[in-house]
Amino acid sequence: MKFPMKGFKEKLYINIFSILAFSSLFFLGGIVFVLFKEGLPIFKKVNFFEFVSGRFWYPTYDPPEFGILPLLLASFQVTLGAMFVCVPLGIGSALYLNEIASFKQRKIMKSLVEILAMIPSIIYGFFGIAILVPFLQNLLNLPTGLCAFSASLVLGIMATPTACSIAEDALSYVPRSFKEASFALGANRWQTLVKVVIPAAGSGISSAVILGMSRIVGETMVVLMLAGGAAVIPKSFFEPVRPITAAIAAEMGEVALGSDHYHALFAIAIILFFITFVFNVIAESISRKYRLKLGLAQ
Amino acid sequence: MDMETKGICKVSSFNSIKIRVEEVNFFYGKKHALKDINLNILKNQVTAIIGPSGCGKTTFIRILNRMHELIPDALLTGRIFLDGQDILSSCIDPTEVRRRVGMVFQKPNPFPKSIFENVSYGLKVNGIRDKNFIEDKVVEALKKSALWDEVKDRLDDNALKLSGGQQQRLCIARCLAVKPEVILFDEPCASLDPISTAKIEELIVELKKNYTIIIVTHNMQQAARVSDYTAFFLLGELIEVGRTGDIFKSPQDKRTEDYITGRFG
Ligand SMILES: Nc1ncnc2c1ncn2[C@@H]1O[C@H](COP(=O)(O)OP(=O)(O)OP(=O)(O)O)[C@@H](O)[C@H]1O
Ligand SMILES: [Mg+2]
Repeated sequence: MKFPMKGFKEKLYINIFSILAFSSLFFLGGIVFVLFKEGLPIFKKVNFFEFVSGRFWYPTYDPPEFGILPLLLASFQVTLGAMFVCVPLGIGSALYLNEIASFKQRKIMKSLVEILAMIPSIIYGFFGIAILVPFLQNLLNLPTGLCAFSASLVLGIMATPTACSIAEDALSYVPRSFKEASFALGANRWQTLVKVVIPAAGSGISSAVILGMSRIVGETMVVLMLAGGAAVIPKSFFEPVRPITAAIAAEMGEVALGSDHYHALFAIAIILFFITFVFNVIAESISRKYRLKLGLAQ
Repeated sequence: MDMETKGICKVSSFNSIKIRVEEVNFFYGKKHALKDINLNILKNQVTAIIGPSGCGKTTFIRILNRMHELIPDALLTGRIFLDGQDILSSCIDPTEVRRRVGMVFQKPNPFPKSIFENVSYGLKVNGIRDKNFIEDKVVEALKKSALWDEVKDRLDDNALKLSGGQQQRLCIARCLAVKPEVILFDEPCASLDPISTAKIEELIVELKKNYTIIIVTHNMQQAARVSDYTAFFLLGELIEVGRTGDIFKSPQDKRTEDYITGRFG
């Protein structure tokens, strides 16, 4: 009597966990399905090439224009700007933590960095609107401080803790024995850092950079609050722009269900999904190569 | 005074002392890891360091090229002379000491770079730029470490693709390339099979002609096979040192005898 009972329970558990495990696959499939179902119809109105290279985004005009080039370029611009902030800051602080800081300093600073990473993006947005935007506006005498620069700076600061902790992980995976070997051959600290530690952690660091990038591209709240929202082709960092995530978030609430505009927003989402997907695949393949290189996995 | 009985200066003229360790004490924080060590290492001889696990063998050889300075909270007192010059003195550059006193670690630790880059690394960090010179030195070091024939067709392969024994010989080549005067081996065969071990032992005996060698080993037969002098450490103290033959045949100290005959440790 006992054995069949046990078999039954076991089967039950297996089934429950399988369902749980497959549910995430199901959600993923569902999301992709909905994205494509709602996004593809726009391509009956405009072809794909016109859609991504069109210079005018006037979805509510009559006739409407669905060219997302200004939005794509704005996303690109803001992401690039943010990378200029978060890569040097994040990697620099990771190098400091790993190579220079004393044991105690490292412990305190690492937990600070983790707290910084936990702050919700809307708070960064607040900080930007309340302090950075008026400051920038006065400083440079701009018509508005809501611009690509503000969004880039705040996004960059926001992504720094993440970049720092991933890069720090990559550095700390570099085996001590490599450093010892280098010192034993008469290398100094700087040579050891540049010739051994950074190359060994290099691909780990670059995958950190790419992951950081994919997060910045997909980040919505800060750009919605700070980028200014003008759907024009960006010409400078000090003019308002509208990155793709801001466009989706701002327009989705007002759009008529099933309209062309509605389908166009979904099509933008497909593109965003594709971009972040590619970034993640690249980051993953780089970090796999990196583990192989260090002999951490086969 | 102690040095006369423990040390080996009586069997040698001053000239042939390569390293002289005087009254050295070493602490990891509060842990007293080396106690009043006095020892002379003779030029062009192989000195084996033996003793049970945790007695301070690794600690001892690491202080000889100032590698202990990488450990936080470490404290070293006493004097260490290399060719009569105090290497612990603050006006001596530790990187210079490490170039003169090379080290091969217990676990093979090649860099995740190509075979060629591994061997040329030490030359490059010491400021040598001449490509042809570097190439010559790499080939020479690989030949000396008996690895050349196995790797000559794939110098650009990643060193981590080599077998453990080959990696260890690569580490020896890497060390030889910078032309040290002394080479410290910390259980170089601990992770190797008997054939690789035999190769490395042969190599050590061969290297003796041009280098002064100190080798830590847990293997009594190995100590007997490769070394001219043997020093026995116990709980951070140097118990006894002498000609390897004498130490193994007629140890002066009861504790040495017990260890060698396997009664403890
Ligand atoms: N980084 C360190 N911090 C604190 N204590 C240490 C450190 N390294 C070694 N010790 C201690 O110092 C003593 C000597 O260690 P050492 O590594 O020199 O021993 P060993 O003779 O090489 O041993 P084994 O044969 O196992 O390699 C040990 O008691 C060890 O616990
Ligand atoms: Mg040891």
